[in-house]
Amino acid sequence: MSVLTYIESEEGKFKKASYELASYAQEVADMLGTSVTAITFNANDTSELGKYGVDKVLKVSSEKLSKFNAEAYADAIKQAAEKEGSKVLVISQSANGKYLAPLLAVQLKAGYAPNVVALPESTEPFTVKRAAFTNKAFNFTEITTEVKIIGLSKNSFGLKEHPSTATEEDFTPQLSDEDFSVNVESVDKAKDKVTIADAEIVVSGGRGLKGPENWGMIEEMADILGAATACSKPVSDMGWRPHSEHVGQTGKPVASNLYIAIGISGAIQHLAGINAAKTKVVINNDPEAPFFKAADYGVVGDAFEVVPRLNEKLREFKEKNA
Amino acid sequence: MKILVCISHVPDTTSKINFTDGDTKFDTNGVQFVINPNDEFGLTRAMWFKEKQGATVDVVNVGGAETEPTLRKALAIGADAAIRVDNTPTDGYQVAKELAKVVQDGNYDLIIAGRESIDYNGGMVPGMLAQLIKANFVNNCIGLEVEGDTATAIREIDGGKETLKAKLPLVIGGQKGIVEESDLKIPNMRGIMQARKKPLNVVQPSESDITTKVVKFEKPEPKGAVKLVDPENLDELIDLLHNEAKVI
Repeated sequence: MSVLTYIESEEGKFKKASYELASYAQEVADMLGTSVTAITFNANDTSELGKYGVDKVLKVSSEKLSKFNAEAYADAIKQAAEKEGSKVLVISQSANGKYLAPLLAVQLKAGYAPNVVALPESTEPFTVKRAAFTNKAFNFTEITTEVKIIGLSKNSFGLKEHPSTATEEDFTPQLSDEDFSVNVESVDKAKDKVTIADAEIVVSGGRGLKGPENWGMIEEMADILGAATACSKPVSDMGWRPHSEHVGQTGKPVASNLYIAIGISGAIQHLAGINAAKTKVVINNDPEAPFFKAADYGVVGDAFEVVPRLNEKLREFKEKNA
Repeated sequence: MKILVCISHVPDTTSKINFTDGDTKFDTNGVQFVINPNDEFGLTRAMWFKEKQGATVDVVNVGGAETEPTLRKALAIGADAAIRVDNTPTDGYQVAKELAKVVQDGNYDLIIAGRESIDYNGGMVPGMLAQLIKANFVNNCIGLEVEGDTATAIREIDGGKETLKAKLPLVIGGQKGIVEESDLKIPNMRGIMQARKKPLNVVQPSESDITTKVVKFEKPEPKGAVKLVDPENLDELIDLLHNEAKVI
């Protein structure tokens, strides 16, 4: 009855968030006195998962599953859960994780708690802490079904090494044509660009930047720090930046380690979207901007003067600490 | 094409969040409720199908009588009829089960819901609904066309987007992008007058199981004061980020 976790990979490789998921699953398994099984799809080398506490890897290798397909993946994971007798599943809150978890919940008659930010408060009753109201609050949710699905928020738990030897087992789920009734025609993904979902650092610009032509210094800072770029709602509404960069209550949530807000005043909807970021820096020429109340560090000053100088200093710092 | 748009009745995005009854209930005092923004984008897209392709559009909400003004607003925007399932749900699965019954009774081809509500952010209802009625499902939808019985949908993924094709019946978890913010419809006086005469049917809930329950709420710890750095001394900021926050 091991804890089952679906470990996402991209072009065969795992991301840091995968190891966070494994770390979390290991500690839940520890609480329940059981082991961790991971299921992977077309992943190459899975040995690294053992370092974070995975005991067994079910390796699915299938050309048909080379592109993510929620229904087919859910069906495969369901079969893995049944095979392993898993009563607890741990799934990431990536776009794909959020797509398939509700399907799995119905298939497995499982209660699903998304946006979980900590280890279970208790296992009997099974109660987890989850973010709600776009990070303006938390709620403690009891999952009352026999099978339970936890959607773990990114960056909420961290990496915990727990060396074990992960044994590998090939796993071939039985899939039908119905599993492929939603057909992925094409995938359009920006290569070599850090996404807001994966980023450790996010550099974000607001209306204070006055126009899209001034985004060069934001991109420069993101480039120096290996960060993703983001923006406030008015900026995406005006078409200065794409919707996919809009951070806030109706946009993307940010849970990075560092969030740098430049020329963003800090409307309540924006702050809700970045509440889960660990360290927040604001650069704004208005000392009354509400963002200063939410930030850890602040610079009151003109972005057009501060940012280029900061970029220069960050570049020097990076060169020295490379 | 028969479209059903699922509407969540949620606190306005500017709302301050508080709790009562020993932090076990959301405090609605002074809170303005609105159509869930993700649903509003979907509703506007449904209006487009109505205007351009002759679809009929119903809206549905699972909630108490207090949610009716939100449904009336959807009618004022142009929906043909509204359904309220008279239940105050405590769990996303319960909502999905009630919606599944409405969809089956109404024989809808396309069901548009928001990818998540901005209150509980569960993001589970559209997927659970699709699974319960055995319909196709596309989440995080930022583009949708329907031709005959086939839909082409664009879905946002981490770091990009993908294009999918699926036959109806289809459930959509929509979001900003399925229409532009500037295209959102605002009810005009004529719409508001007409909405008063449009049907708002109240249906009885079915017996459904609970899979989760909220035990209590908690607000984040209050934050300490911001540390201000002189713009002439940016080395200090880098030092704080490196040595104190340890984030660079």
